[in-house]
Amino acid sequence: MPSTTPKTRTRASAYWKGFADGAPFLLVVIPFAMLFGVLATEAGLNVLETLSFSAVVFAGAAQFTALQLMQENAPTVIVLASALAVNLRVAMYSASLTPWIGAAPLWQRAIAAYFTVDQSYACSVVQFENEPQMTVPQRMAYFTGVLSPIVPFWYASSILGALVGTQVPDSWALDFALPITFLALVAPMLRTAAHVIAALVAIITSLLTAAVPYSLGLMIAGTLGMMAGAQAEVLLERRKLRHD
Amino acid sequence: MIDTGTLWIVIIGLGIGSYALRFAFLGIVGDRPMPAWLLRHLRYTAVAMLPALVAPQVVWPAATDGQADLPRMAAAAVTLVVGLLTKNVLAAIFSGAATLFGMLWLFAL
Repeated sequence: MPSTTPKTRTRASAYWKGFADGAPFLLVVIPFAMLFGVLATEAGLNVLETLSFSAVVFAGAAQFTALQLMQENAPTVIVLASALAVNLRVAMYSASLTPWIGAAPLWQRAIAAYFTVDQSYACSVVQFENEPQMTVPQRMAYFTGVLSPIVPFWYASSILGALVGTQVPDSWALDFALPITFLALVAPMLRTAAHVIAALVAIITSLLTAAVPYSLGLMIAGTLGMMAGAQAEVLLERRKLRHD
Repeated sequence: MIDTGTLWIVIIGLGIGSYALRFAFLGIVGDRPMPAWLLRHLRYTAVAMLPALVAPQVVWPAATDGQADLPRMAAAAVTLVVGLLTKNVLAAIFSGAATLFGMLWLFAL
């Protein structure tokens, strides 16, 4: 809801508003990054490799996917394609932020691109829609504010996880932390029938193709799931039009 | 064990690739419109890829050498249901973890 009284914002107040909005995400970011550190160590990565992975790639879900597939000895091309497919949503985020901050200088957009993640996108798009009178520099200040508490903890928690990693006993069943985390991330996204259909088709296909070599089953399942979701969306919209 | 050479190829390749994904739209596409069919497919990438990735691990967990495992299946189901009902990621994670540990503990008695 756009506010009726136009707020006068400064760059500083925009930054601190972002900081306050971003801080609660530490509850998710810290355990998620630590989990990556722990699993990476268990897969045989040292602390430097783990930190480099987190810093260079900077995309949790894609990092977990790549780690999992490398442990299954999938070919490098499949590892890269699957992890990038998992990360395709950031391309959507980037596309959706463009109308708001597309007018910023190229160097700022180049930096913002690296930092376009779930949290910075989710906060920013809500804030920009609520206060459309914000200027582009104020929007960039807000975006920076959201990331300020998150980024240092993302790096630090990866290192911490890597340091404690090998001391975690098997009885903690950490093998299952990733499925639980991903299912928890996906469940709130299942907003429409089309989303549910996409997920169901992907799950069934993935189970049926589990024996397909080179982890190609994941690519087949993901593609079929996306096509099913897109097709369902078209059919449902058409049916709605006919009923109106 | 993961080969060091492969690891660095993946780190660098994934770094370049995921940066390109983010920069392509913000930096190059700008505010030019994208085809509707492409956007429609992109909307379903996360809900298709992530469940497809974890489904085999839920049904045939590596930790039990691929034997179907009741605590893990129940934990997955609880996570999904709590996530659907509450729309809260943390609540879903904690309920799933509580189910997993609770059942593993009961089964060990």
